[in-house]
Amino acid sequence: MNGLVLGGTYALLGIGLTLIFGLMNLVNFAHGEFYTLGAYLTFAALAVSGLNFFAALAVAIGLGALAGALCERVLLAPLRGQSIDTTMLVMIGLWIALQNGELLVWGGVAKSIPHPFPTAPFTLGPISIAPLRVFVVVTALALIAASWLLIQRTRLGRAMRATFQDRETAALMGVPIGRIHTVTFAFGSALAAAAGALLGPVFLAYPSMGDLASLKAFSVVILGGLGNLPGATLGGLILGVAEELGAGYVSSGYRDAVGFVIIIAVLLLRPSGLFARAERIG
Amino acid sequence: MRAGGAVLAALALLTLPFWLGSPYHLHVAIMAGIFTILALSLNLLLGYTGQLSLGHAAFFGIGAYTSALLTLRLEWSFWLGLPAAALTAGLAGWAIGRLALKVRGAYFVLVTISFAGVISLVSVNWMDLTNGPLGLPGVPAPSLASLSLRTKPAYYYLVLIAAGAAYLVCHRLVSSRLGRAFLALRENEALAESVGVDPTHTLVLAAVVSAALAGVAGSLYAHYTRFVSPEVFLFSYTVTMVIMVVAGGKGTLLGPVVGALLFTVLPEALREAMAWQWQLLAYGVLLIVLVYFLPRGIVPAVSAWRR
Repeated sequence: MNGLVLGGTYALLGIGLTLIFGLMNLVNFAHGEFYTLGAYLTFAALAVSGLNFFAALAVAIGLGALAGALCERVLLAPLRGQSIDTTMLVMIGLWIALQNGELLVWGGVAKSIPHPFPTAPFTLGPISIAPLRVFVVVTALALIAASWLLIQRTRLGRAMRATFQDRETAALMGVPIGRIHTVTFAFGSALAAAAGALLGPVFLAYPSMGDLASLKAFSVVILGGLGNLPGATLGGLILGVAEELGAGYVSSGYRDAVGFVIIIAVLLLRPSGLFARAERIG
Repeated sequence: MRAGGAVLAALALLTLPFWLGSPYHLHVAIMAGIFTILALSLNLLLGYTGQLSLGHAAFFGIGAYTSALLTLRLEWSFWLGLPAAALTAGLAGWAIGRLALKVRGAYFVLVTISFAGVISLVSVNWMDLTNGPLGLPGVPAPSLASLSLRTKPAYYYLVLIAAGAAYLVCHRLVSSRLGRAFLALRENEALAESVGVDPTHTLVLAAVVSAALAGVAGSLYAHYTRFVSPEVFLFSYTVTMVIMVVAGGKGTLLGPVVGALLFTVLPEALREAMAWQWQLLAYGVLLIVLVYFLPRGIVPAVSAWRR
């Protein structure tokens, strides 16, 4: 069950990153920082304005999207068409700058985010689970479903899919590529912020929490295949459960190694992801 | 003019301990030398073959641990520990090169990061070998015959010689046939292959040399600070190397040297001026600014300006 809580948020992180990675061809090392930002924004919204918990979550997600859009417009838009290494270096710079900015604003001490759920767990036969965790899983699944609908059912989603498949043709068909990039980055960042806002109350918020989140998100993307939404969803859940099992059966010290091993193994054995159909030739 | 500049620079480097009064300044100079080796090592991959390794701290750390463990546990001399560190790191580079160079670009970056992550977790968790997060204290300082190289000026010359040797190795390699094969692969892999360059073989070779150099730097670092802990695997070391190479000018020989000098001295200077969180923040911003304004680095920009 803990695996599911982690898995749901990993899936959110992974979906955001797989869209950015696949559509913009951008290795977004700052992805985890939007996750951190989500957690801290929830904390700030609760502490400063005294909003209620659910409103604070929404505020954090909205501000995450805004921050993403801003980054894309200011930093990435002028570099469009540059090599993948160039944009990657910019993202590494942004990652360092954001992380230390967060450290400056909120300090190095981990913050716990208050939440309104009772701490006594539900008990269902042999399983017992805290209500907060149920809320996290349900919200994560709802957000995943919403992203699916956005991508599959809306005009915007269709434009995004077209850009992913063939940028030039999509542009010729009148898709505003620039705006699609901004929206994609904002959307991906919002999902990362949502993951952070959801996991923040479960664990603690601290400035370097984004580093591991970035790596987990990358393992999910690789597990699921580039730009593959169902792949990222399943990949996130698999990673969450695999980590729980790894921590339980091998050693908790190596919990975070599971993600690394998955990245290496999948890239070497099936570089197009576990769920890719056999590639067409010709 | 150029030769005159080189002679002046060499003279300045050789006499540095005599006119740098404080041991603190000499410490900065020693760290600059170690980072010069690291930047040269990363530049072989990033600058010449175009493959960005973000796991370079792993080779640095492997070198540091190899040398420290051999001298501490088996009481080897530093002069055997250093080549052993290069050898172990080179072997790791070979293994990772064989595995990771099947993929390119972003995927290669991810494999190297993951590799460094796994190695770092091993160093924390394998208590029997590495003493875990507590680290290995009391790494012996090297000595030459009966002369201990424990003093800062002596160690400075050791690092200076090592950095000079690393520069020469890179120089020889880059101006050889193999170096031209690196460049050909960077510019156009399919075309390079069509004229008979074996991409995997060539790139793995670059990875081995690069990793071995990083291992040498790790060994020098271990015997200088005389303490090794999992911190040697910190990602910030890798990031510092990348900044040095990119800022100095990737794909040039002098670029990493300039970058390493600048970015070891600059943070120390900044330390006076601002708190360390601001330092790192400024670092991140500086990296972004550099990509925008000096995309090819300082050395190429200066040589273009002089022409």
